[in-house]
Amino acid sequence: MKILVCISHVPDTTSKINFINGDSEFDTNGVQFVINPNDEFGLTRAIWFQEQQGANVTVVNVGGPETEATLRKALAIGANEAIRVNAQPTDGFFVATQLAKIIADGGYDLVIAGKESLDYNGGMVPGMLAALTGANFVNSCIAITVDGTSVKATREIDGGKETLSTSLPLIVGGQKGIVEEKDLRIPNMRGIMTARTKALTIVEPVSTSTETKSVKFEKPAPKSAVKLFTVDNLDELVNVLHNEAKVI
Amino acid sequence: MSILIYAESAEGKFKKVAFELASYGKKVAEALGTTVTAVTVNASDVSELGKYGVDKVLKVTNDKLGSFNAKAYADVIKQAAAKENVKLVLLSSTTDSLYLAPLVAVGLNAGYASNVVGLPLSTSPFQVKRNAFSMKAFNVTEIATDVKVLGLAKNSYGVFESTGNAAAEDFSPSLNDADFSVKTESVEKASGKVTIADAEVVVSGGRGLKGPENWGMLEDLAATLGAATACSKPVSDLGWRPHSEHVGQTGKPVATNLYVAVGISGAIQHIAGINASKVKLVINSDPEAPFFKVADYGVVGDAFEIVPKLNEKLKAFKANN
Repeated sequence: MKILVCISHVPDTTSKINFINGDSEFDTNGVQFVINPNDEFGLTRAIWFQEQQGANVTVVNVGGPETEATLRKALAIGANEAIRVNAQPTDGFFVATQLAKIIADGGYDLVIAGKESLDYNGGMVPGMLAALTGANFVNSCIAITVDGTSVKATREIDGGKETLSTSLPLIVGGQKGIVEEKDLRIPNMRGIMTARTKALTIVEPVSTSTETKSVKFEKPAPKSAVKLFTVDNLDELVNVLHNEAKVI
Repeated sequence: MSILIYAESAEGKFKKVAFELASYGKKVAEALGTTVTAVTVNASDVSELGKYGVDKVLKVTNDKLGSFNAKAYADVIKQAAAKENVKLVLLSSTTDSLYLAPLVAVGLNAGYASNVVGLPLSTSPFQVKRNAFSMKAFNVTEIATDVKVLGLAKNSYGVFESTGNAAAEDFSPSLNDADFSVKTESVEKASGKVTIADAEVVVSGGRGLKGPENWGMLEDLAATLGAATACSKPVSDLGWRPHSEHVGQTGKPVATNLYVAVGISGAIQHIAGINASKVKLVINSDPEAPFFKVADYGVVGDAFEIVPKLNEKLKAFKANN
């Protein structure tokens, strides 16, 4: 089984979010970048398939040279090889178009991408990949097993979960649950050393039409100060929840 | 040239998001000088949509669509869009709609903006504001394509009554076998419990509650408020509460009217996941807890004293209102 794991290079969850160039660009100054958490859960499941079922795992990112450290981390966690599509992503459709080309060229059986990246929160790349490649598609996937070409997967639904059966080739939108947090791996020294010599292929992008573009960013308006109550004036709290906030 | 909305239903009845989407669609349609058409799948009484401004309903009734199937449902929406020659398709942010939206967008060669908050900033060029960076910023996005798909962020617009005919028309899209290559085997859904996704109020507990045995008072408070219960990440990691209750950046997102946080300090990842909630009430013994910085209302003190007392006050209030 050939697995492709799509990796988004995103600011660490604790990063301060600021913008530069007239609020048109994210300020990367002093920001630590990580593998998008939803992608890392998927990568960890892919490594499980590698160890248990002999799968070959390729990781891919669409981005500039600055994202290679993130791909090397994925290699250190255990991916066999990496691909970087050498382009600054402009929107989800651009990324999906690039990845669809990689999938067509590489003949992957299973593609796992995080259901959403923690920076742009588009949540569209896995579904667009499914539409562009015609492969089967499971989003918000919280469990997956593969036997030959048959697949059993579980997806999260509002208020519960749903068990699905399908077959390869398959696109998966992964999230926490596809492996548990405790199963995530921190690269060890041996992993980091071997990652240095693993193949990281750079591929030039294919051209595509512009569907959407980011115009600018805005930060939420500063919040007014919290109104504090004590255990002795909870009546007043109930009153403001009803009359001021109008939520009860 | 009408606007198309996909009005979601469960067991024949419309979800609240269907009415929110209709309300939003009506307002956008007014700005564009057009009307709102809804497509429904196995909904029983579609006339209800008229109350929220829907003029026409393409009513799909098909046993093959008995359980949700992303490709098949996307196919239905694509065909409805083509039939009505629509330029704008509106979807909600339920798990199902997020699943099918990109399929619809690619199928219609449409640019897709998800997580949209508020009405379009302008319609020519077509610009919308959307949540980004896990609620820490907004991104203004321009959609350049002729046909456009918007995903409205949950609980970001509200439900408003207006008038529409909701004239129903049976619609039978052609479905092919390839649409059903992902099959639903079984569905597990908590019954009789308010889910985090549907709740108007969420009551959430953190490590400050000291142990799973202390959740009774939160459940009581939730029952009084008609709320869903949730928890912070450490609580689910410790196994005090099921993972399905974990809310935050890597857990479930919360966008309720009222979010009550008890004994949660307010780590940045937790805040990111719940910040879309309109009103935040924080109960914590530590006045320096970072959660108070983003809260609207706070009570500093012992949760074990405050929560039962607040519950009594709320019960009394509910009895009289």
